Amino acid sequence: MQHRPPAPKAGTLQIWTSAAPSAKRGAMNAQTPNSFRNQPDDRGHFGQFGGRYVAETLMPLILDLEAEYRKAKADPAFQAEFDDLLEHYVGRPSPLYFAPRLTEELGGAQVWFKRDELNHTGAHKINNCIGQILLAMRMGKTRIIAETGAGQHGVATATVCARFGLPCVIFMGATDVERQKPNVFRMKLLGAEVVPVTAGAGTLKDAMNEALRDWVANVHNTFYIIGTAAGPHPYPELVRDFQSVIGKEARAQMLSRIGRLPDLLVAAIGGGSNAIGLFHPFLDDESVRMLGVEAAGHGLDKEHAASLAGGRPGILHGNKTYLLQDDDGQILEGHSISAGLDYPGIGPEHSWLKEIGRVDYTSVTDKEALDGFQLLCRTEGIIPALEPAHAIAAVKKVAPTMGKDQIILANLCGRGDKDIFSVAEHLGVSL
Amino acid sequence: MTRLSNAFAKGSPALVTFVTGGDPTPDATASILDALVEGGADVIELGMPFTDPMADGPAIQLANLRALGAGTTTADIFRIAAAFRARHPEVPLVLMGYANPMTIRGADWYAAECVKAGVDGVICVDIPPEEDPELGPALRDAGVSLIRLATPTTDHARLPAVLEGSSGFLYYVSVAGITGMQQAAQASIDEAVARIKASATIPVAVGFGVRTPEQAGAIAKVADGVVVGSAFIDLVAKHGADAAGPVKELTAALAAAVHSARKEIA
Repeated sequence: MQHRPPAPKAGTLQIWTSAAPSAKRGAMNAQTPNSFRNQPDDRGHFGQFGGRYVAETLMPLILDLEAEYRKAKADPAFQAEFDDLLEHYVGRPSPLYFAPRLTEELGGAQVWFKRDELNHTGAHKINNCIGQILLAMRMGKTRIIAETGAGQHGVATATVCARFGLPCVIFMGATDVERQKPNVFRMKLLGAEVVPVTAGAGTLKDAMNEALRDWVANVHNTFYIIGTAAGPHPYPELVRDFQSVIGKEARAQMLSRIGRLPDLLVAAIGGGSNAIGLFHPFLDDESVRMLGVEAAGHGLDKEHAASLAGGRPGILHGNKTYLLQDDDGQILEGHSISAGLDYPGIGPEHSWLKEIGRVDYTSVTDKEALDGFQLLCRTEGIIPALEPAHAIAAVKKVAPTMGKDQIILANLCGRGDKDIFSVAEHLGVSL
Repeated sequence: MTRLSNAFAKGSPALVTFVTGGDPTPDATASILDALVEGGADVIELGMPFTDPMADGPAIQLANLRALGAGTTTADIFRIAAAFRARHPEVPLVLMGYANPMTIRGADWYAAECVKAGVDGVICVDIPPEEDPELGPALRDAGVSLIRLATPTTDHARLPAVLEGSSGFLYYVSVAGITGMQQAAQASIDEAVARIKASATIPVAVGFGVRTPEQAGAIAKVADGVVVGSAFIDLVAKHGADAAGPVKELTAALAAAVHSARKEIA
């Protein structure tokens, strides 16, 4: 474990052909003949990943949460309320959109998008927040806390707290508070208290530490709405389940629109909630390949946030997963142009899917993401967030290597209004 | 008898003291540990610094960052421990920290290093009984005590799971919260310790929020040991490499209060 494997070159991407699934995958099917969709086990483990690595104070609450989630999952009334809010408050189902000019420009596979950027609050984050606040109320909790990086999850949490009239405290790294002022203001408008966290580098990882500290001191009345499919069990599972509405809708929409499934799914990954939400309902569709796109920042040999490509398994924030860390297990700071991908870990189910070979993972640099951002603006009249701009950059590389009869479905998990200031800065434009 | 069990069998409650290894520098830690022993501490907890100490309040967070900022490595912690063991053959030494630095090279590696350095026990904040296979078996096989934490949220039904596989002592965290904050009400500590001692066959030490000889003495009336950490960290933060004097003074005051709180037949 002391030896770190050499980092793969940034931006290298395997060529996709319609034939020859990888040998690796064939072997895996032999090991798990039944389903890729029955994780985690009853201890919250996805293979060697996941688990419940929390302080004893939190452990009883984590167990309560799991028990309550099992009951909610089996309760038609809970599901009905979730579905109703998604339809009438969030605006689901989100459209499935064929991108004709992007497809033509790339000259290969047909590119389709799942339009989760059209959700209320502008990203996929709200799907999960609706589910978790319903759980919080089931458990009789009267105070909500959350961490946020770019502020999208903070805004989504503040939104559902306003909707249900619960007090809300958002922990946000002081550095992020400074660079995401519009979202800080949005959260305050929605009635949330925003607590700037000065520990560490003042980014998402530090905000999560501080949220855990608050939770441990207020377990009796407080529910922690974690924003991504990570953290102690059952969070990775329940966040995945709430976000799986993305993949369930997309699968049904594909079948009804063109009568077939896509050949390749593509999604950006920070913690990985939009990606697991898209991928999970397709995991047992053998013909559907999947590509998760991490943030390679300045490059995998420099500062980046690609935990799978440049990290190794470790324990942080309640779960075992791939982490950016040094030889002693000290956690390194992630870097990405996208504050939403700027996290040194990844959800444990992705670590498992990488190890068993069911999903492929790649990474794109800040510069490639900026190019992808502009490409979508120019060809389709859609301004994407910098997070899905990473997925678009990967699509740009992979589509030309695929046949025109093949279909790529990428998740457009957020819109770019929040990012126009930082994009302008990177492009050398003063507003 | 082990060094740990001896420390709790002296006929009076034990003073357990915590400082962060490598704070302010790896070289300065030895004199601070010696001051704890000279002041009368019965058990020494040496914190392994971690970048993300999410169960700790501001004082110990900063101590972790000072230690890492001074370049403290896991190898330094084991060097500090081994040198301590050479200087103090009889004083029990416990490492306290977070799962990732303890398991990153494998639990067996970590347990073997503990044995080599003369470490008697390990407290890992973020490995609850549910994840025991991560570290517990390796420590037990190596003869190193796994010291678990119990908290106000650890109810009667859960306590046996916490005690199972624990040895050395049980660390009762008196407040649901992080280190260095306010102390729990004495009545709630008395009640909890009585409840835990009814089930536990190992000594019960109480910590979190204990700063003064008065508080420590009151807890020592009911508990087998009292843990003090942040108050020492504050002295190290203030005095840096010259902290040994003030640390020894505080230790002596705490030890006097703890050791005289209750006399038992040894």
